[in-house]
Amino acid sequence: MSHETLQIIWFLLIAVLWTGYLVLEGFDFGVGMLLPFIPRDEKERRVAINTVGPLWDGNEVWLITAGGATFAAFPEWYATLFSGAYLALLAILVALIVRIVSFEWRGKISTPRWQNAYYWGLVLGSWVPAVLWGVAFGNLVAGMKIEPITTSVSNVAGATTRTTLQYTGSFFDLLVNGHGFALLTGVLTAVVFLAHGAVFLSLKTSGELRERAAAAASRLSVVALVVGAVWAIWLQLAYSGKTWTWAALVVAALALAGSAWFTRARSAGRAFASSAVAIVAAVVLIFGSLYPDVIPSSVDPAYSLTIHNASSSAYTLTMMSWVALVFTPIVLAYQAWSYWVFRKRIGVAQIPEQVAVTFTLENANPAR
Amino acid sequence: MAADALDLARWQFGITTVYHFIFVPLTIGLSTLVAIMQTLWVRRGDKRWLRLTKFFGKLLLINFAIGIATGIVQEFQFGMNWSEYSRFVGDVFGAPLAMEALVAFFVESTFLGLWIFGWDKLPKRVHLATIWLVAAASTVSAYFILTANSWMQHPVGATFDAQTGRAEMTDLAKVLTNPTVLAAFPHTIGAAFLTAGTFVAAVCAWWMVKLVRAGDATKARDVYRPGLQLGLVVMVISALVVGISGDLQGKLLFQQQPMKMAAAEGLMDSGSHVSMTLLAIGDFSNNPNSVHRYVEIPGLTSFLATNNWNAHLYGVRDLQQQDVTKYGAGIDYIPNLAVTFWSFRLMIGFAAFAGLLALLALWLTRRGRISGNPWLSRAAVWALPTIFLASTTGWIFTELGRQPWVVAPNPNPEGVDMVWQLTARGVSHQVGPVSVVISLVVFTLLYGVLAVAWYRLMHRYTIGGVEDDPVDPSPDNPANRTDEADKPLSFAY
Repeated sequence: MSHETLQIIWFLLIAVLWTGYLVLEGFDFGVGMLLPFIPRDEKERRVAINTVGPLWDGNEVWLITAGGATFAAFPEWYATLFSGAYLALLAILVALIVRIVSFEWRGKISTPRWQNAYYWGLVLGSWVPAVLWGVAFGNLVAGMKIEPITTSVSNVAGATTRTTLQYTGSFFDLLVNGHGFALLTGVLTAVVFLAHGAVFLSLKTSGELRERAAAAASRLSVVALVVGAVWAIWLQLAYSGKTWTWAALVVAALALAGSAWFTRARSAGRAFASSAVAIVAAVVLIFGSLYPDVIPSSVDPAYSLTIHNASSSAYTLTMMSWVALVFTPIVLAYQAWSYWVFRKRIGVAQIPEQVAVTFTLENANPAR
Repeated sequence: MAADALDLARWQFGITTVYHFIFVPLTIGLSTLVAIMQTLWVRRGDKRWLRLTKFFGKLLLINFAIGIATGIVQEFQFGMNWSEYSRFVGDVFGAPLAMEALVAFFVESTFLGLWIFGWDKLPKRVHLATIWLVAAASTVSAYFILTANSWMQHPVGATFDAQTGRAEMTDLAKVLTNPTVLAAFPHTIGAAFLTAGTFVAAVCAWWMVKLVRAGDATKARDVYRPGLQLGLVVMVISALVVGISGDLQGKLLFQQQPMKMAAAEGLMDSGSHVSMTLLAIGDFSNNPNSVHRYVEIPGLTSFLATNNWNAHLYGVRDLQQQDVTKYGAGIDYIPNLAVTFWSFRLMIGFAAFAGLLALLALWLTRRGRISGNPWLSRAAVWALPTIFLASTTGWIFTELGRQPWVVAPNPNPEGVDMVWQLTARGVSHQVGPVSVVISLVVFTLLYGVLAVAWYRLMHRYTIGGVEDDPVDPSPDNPANRTDEADKPLSFAY
């Protein structure tokens, strides 16, 4: 296969990995973000948390794989993006770390103070990345301040220098990029994940919680549709430059409308499928408008990082293609199976009583 | 590329990596030990092993969470702080990282969820298979990460492309079968099992002593003695693996990174029949002239390096001269001598505490005995932190001994020319010191807080002890075959 074909394959594969991440972690972010709003008491909060309990960890691996695949297939993209968005990524990392330990540690100690701390870890740990991933994608679409930088790569006499395309702007530039387009993308991901999470809750819970989740989902789907429409048209007119991405835009709009419709029709499964399709279409729109750039330069189009100047060698891409070809279907199969195992709705009646465990030893094991 | 941003980035990498690797060996080893315990429960229907599975399973999960959380930083940090390194090596180094995620980490995370929440949903054997998959995947995961690290120690299967100005992969099979990783993998996995074996043995020994002294000999004999025995078996086997692979690694290092080993042995001058020194003292100038060696065992270093008591080995001074010729003047190619020398010895010394616990426990519990000996309890409490420190110092040795390189040159004649990089050239060009200070402070504070919480949870759940009569929530258990729709979950967050 030609080097260019491989580059296109890997551009598509990375889009697929991000799609998997945003569709799957999107709903578990949404559930975390909704904790202060939909559940009314501790039991209901635990129902909500446990709908995603067995799934969030597997969902997050899509991100790790997207990161690793970008490193392996497009080292220049990985290096420029990760060093350029340094402080934003720091905030995302801190949020994800806090969120992971909060899932696992919150229920281990039953004192209100402990549980409250990790409850907020879950809530903020979901909100921060939900917004910042959007800002990051908004920056990719709008283009970043990318310029050539010459560095020395070797210490041997007659040092080899190398010119690479790097981000020369600031953290603040990332927030205001595109005259608000980047921030709007952050609002979009937050709203879409809220809607997606609410639909998921209405699909996986029972009783009053389900009713409230369905009500929230139907309102949030409409908000997502409005924000999504503004965002997608802005993207299409200002950044895409391709006619075919209108199709993705139309699919996204129809899917969001479908999600709102099905929620009202109390068909949670279809509503969830619709909001998932909307996220897929949004990713298609983002990557479609980028292609063949991976980070457009807002300084000079000649400085843009593209699938050609950012990629690994043909050999590496070929080898990695074989690995992806063999393992991606396997991953999809067992992740689908795990979703099937945990397919049932849960309600407050299924939540076991919290075992009283505190750091004081009186109620430790009686054998002490 | 201010020098201080470089130092800060190095401190950050050191702190976050050492911290991450406190939890990783325990996770890798303990997931297999818990899988063994659960196998004994499923196959024999022996409830004692269910009690131990649940007890150590909780400790495993507390530890797993923080290991996963701090692992994400590792993957992102290469791009954030070491983007010049990433540009230079991405074509080679990115591959094992991507493979780790796709091949191993997906399995680990998905099946961990199935194990935690699947007790009442999956048939017993299927549920047992999930923990074995978690254990196997975490081990495979270690293989890919060690492949990546070994390539930084000893690059193979790559070439320097003058046109793109970077290292490019020529042979994936060579990268995956780098002799460095073939030795590092058993050593690291052996160390992980030694850590987990010590952890299980120490916790069980401590409980056994406590119960015997409180007069509850039955529980000590029924539950904690078998747990202790399992831990001891794992310790003995893994100590052998660690020792043999460590010896092999030492021999390889003398060929692949002679400077690192010369520094580790305090060997300043080249010579034959090189003796091993137990104690070397120098000032902090890193000047070979300041190093004095005491208590020497003649010929031992030569023997350990080559199996020949009279072999000739190069010392730090000559190696510096050779490197200046090969890689350019004006650079100090000598790693931090004090850190390299002492971290190497501390690694071995810390691991030896575990040996003390093992010998004492094997003797005191010989032929079915249980023991209330307070010294066993003390040995257990000492072996717990020291076995973690053995891994920590081992990695400090491996990474600091490689300096000033981030990718050390492959000295083999047929080696890989120009596939090397000084650490100073690997740091991100566009990330200023202020950004790195912010991230360093944030990570250090966050990790500090989490370490306290982790320790308190591990401590609390250890002193909580095993449940007296845990339920068997499996759908295979006839007692669970009810039609009750609202049956509580066997586990919920």
